[in-house]
Amino acid sequence: MITQLLAVSQPVPAGPVVQWGWLTITVANLVVILAMVVVFVLALVLPFPSDREDEDR
Amino acid sequence: MSRAEVSPRATSEASSAGAGRTTWTAAVTRWVDGLVPKGQWLPDRQPVYVASWIYVFGVACLSSLVVIIVSGLVLTLGGVTWWHTSSFGHFVNSVHLWSVELFFATMVIHMWGKFFMASWRGNRGMTWATGALAFFGSLGTAFTGYLIQTNFDSQWISTQAKDGLNAAGIGAYFNVMNLGQMVLWHVSLLPLVVGGIVTVHVVLVRRRGVAPPIDATDPTADAGEKVAT
Repeated sequence: MITQLLAVSQPVPAGPVVQWGWLTITVANLVVILAMVVVFVLALVLPFPSDREDEDR
Repeated sequence: MSRAEVSPRATSEASSAGAGRTTWTAAVTRWVDGLVPKGQWLPDRQPVYVASWIYVFGVACLSSLVVIIVSGLVLTLGGVTWWHTSSFGHFVNSVHLWSVELFFATMVIHMWGKFFMASWRGNRGMTWATGALAFFGSLGTAFTGYLIQTNFDSQWISTQAKDGLNAAGIGAYFNVMNLGQMVLWHVSLLPLVVGGIVTVHVVLVRRRGVAPPIDATDPTADAGEKVAT
């Protein structure tokens, strides 16, 4: 029980942040946003898998 | 004997489609039938331009929402503090969290795709608007989720949000530091709102068809106009 209480009472640190002028953002959030942009670009350029039936329509 | 002669479904269709019936159930049936063009509730074929990864994110977002709802229902069994004291509760809580992360990531990529495609073309303005409303409703639902973590993180967020909401002049209408109120908002009120908006959004997508790329021909351009309201 004490271990559980300690786990609850010790918050996880927010982690490092980066700052450009007025903008402050955690590295974790920046990584997520950049990953979303990468997925978006890949979705535009990667060919969609298709089989023979799909090609007929 | 043909299948139509013995099929309860065929009998039901024949009676519900009867012209001139004035019962409210017949009226509701006609209304539901007319919401989308025939065969478009669960279509198995789409225009060729839909064979692109950018068209995947809407249904990926919807799939994430299903996982969110199911994991959230499991979490209600143990309550908001369950995940602090149970490894299974912690697992379900993590499934809930990461499905929300996927939900927002896929929703935003879906929105980027639709924005740069100008998907409000072809009488799809309400489809775009309900999608935007679903986004903002989801923000509120996620926010109340952070408020009911029952840890220092939720305390920090609620006290900061309280000041922000008071500064915006809407802090008197609800109390983000009231755990019971926020739990009910998160598990009942806001999911109903978001669920309703998403339902309307999906019906509108089925009604108008998916938006074509800007340089493509829209085969469903007139379909929406032909649908009874």
